[in-house]
Amino acid sequence: MCTVCGCGTQSLEQPADAKAQGEAQGHAHHPHSHPHDHAHDHAHGDHDHSHGHDRHHDHDGDHHHAHGDPGHHHHGAGVIDYGGGLAGVHAPGLSQERIVKIERDILSKNNDYARANRARLIGNGNFALNFVSSPGSGKTTLLVRAIEELKARHTIYVIEGDQQTSNDADRIRATGAAALQINTGKGCHLDAHMVGHALEALAPPRNALLFVENVGNLVCPSAFDLGEAHKVVVLSVTEGEDKPLKYPDMFAAADLMLLNKSDLLPHLDFDVGACFAAALRVNPNLQMLTISAKTGEGMQALYAWIDARAARIAVAG
Amino acid sequence: MHEMSLMESLIDLAEGEARKHGASRISVIRVELGALSHVDPHSLRFCFDAVTRGSLAEGARFDTIDIPGAGWCLDCSKEVAIMERFGACPDCGGHHVQMTRGDEFRLLELEVL
Repeated sequence: MCTVCGCGTQSLEQPADAKAQGEAQGHAHHPHSHPHDHAHDHAHGDHDHSHGHDRHHDHDGDHHHAHGDPGHHHHGAGVIDYGGGLAGVHAPGLSQERIVKIERDILSKNNDYARANRARLIGNGNFALNFVSSPGSGKTTLLVRAIEELKARHTIYVIEGDQQTSNDADRIRATGAAALQINTGKGCHLDAHMVGHALEALAPPRNALLFVENVGNLVCPSAFDLGEAHKVVVLSVTEGEDKPLKYPDMFAAADLMLLNKSDLLPHLDFDVGACFAAALRVNPNLQMLTISAKTGEGMQALYAWIDARAARIAVAG
Repeated sequence: MHEMSLMESLIDLAEGEARKHGASRISVIRVELGALSHVDPHSLRFCFDAVTRGSLAEGARFDTIDIPGAGWCLDCSKEVAIMERFGACPDCGGHHVQMTRGDEFRLLELEVL
């Protein structure tokens, strides 16, 4: 099985017509199950091997995924879909019972991929931000505005994560930025393996910015390092000011909090100070900005934050 | 949903390790589960049967070893028991507590055939 996303272990046919963009669902995968048992990919090595073999698809022949972790489909440039896999089938046999000591974090595999992504990004001077929030906090609107206002001085690439549809990637592409949609299907978050594939497909040029818009979910994405430089948590003033206390993991994992939709503050009883205090209680190092992606309030501060950090990791050449 | 994908990750890891050791079936999966981790043990157990079906671990027993939560209170300068992530120090009521134990979610060992 490929990652934590729940995609299966069977080989799937390459889509006959690699659709460049658009809707991931509804394309005609033949739901055939190969009766042969794939040689699974962890039959070697010790605990700290790199899993690099999972990430490279240099196989010969027609099979896109001639190894043990397929189940996701590449649809040309536009979409990677993790929802279409089938459950794995393995045949048990017989031998003598014994205990195998393992002592590995369940998330260690994700962390291996994240480390590889981070090395790749840093090596290429790509400053990557992982935007996380609950659904409807205005992440996509925020990104659209930021891209419009930053594109004169930065090349920006975007990875969009949603359970279904490529609507958000379409909105991003309308700005002229390159965007790739990942549909997580059954999954509630992006993981580093998905992002690794997306990086291969997008191939951002040297020193480009990479914005990852995670699935709208304040719980699960906090536990999954994607290899980004910083997690940025977006909270809107139409949500409760105690949200950092209700969903502390995300605010603890983030380095920057953006309090969005500030244009609505006059109409609400939202206490900005109480919200910041709550956020600082779970993360004393959290930086916070009040912004409105609609009116542009505070956006210059965000751009300055991005510029300063992007410059620090940019590489020469 | 989250537990489902974590369980898939766990079974994936377990199957890989089992194969590495030439095993053909997993009879027991033992994990360490911290009280302050992201994982709800009841949901996790609920997912176990569904995820293991058709895997090397089909029919296996799922053992969890519970690890209680603990943290270092900066104000009291001592280790204290904490019941929830980012919870207050039970002695002074302050929130200057750094979690030191209870965040575990680890595959400890397998019994294999």
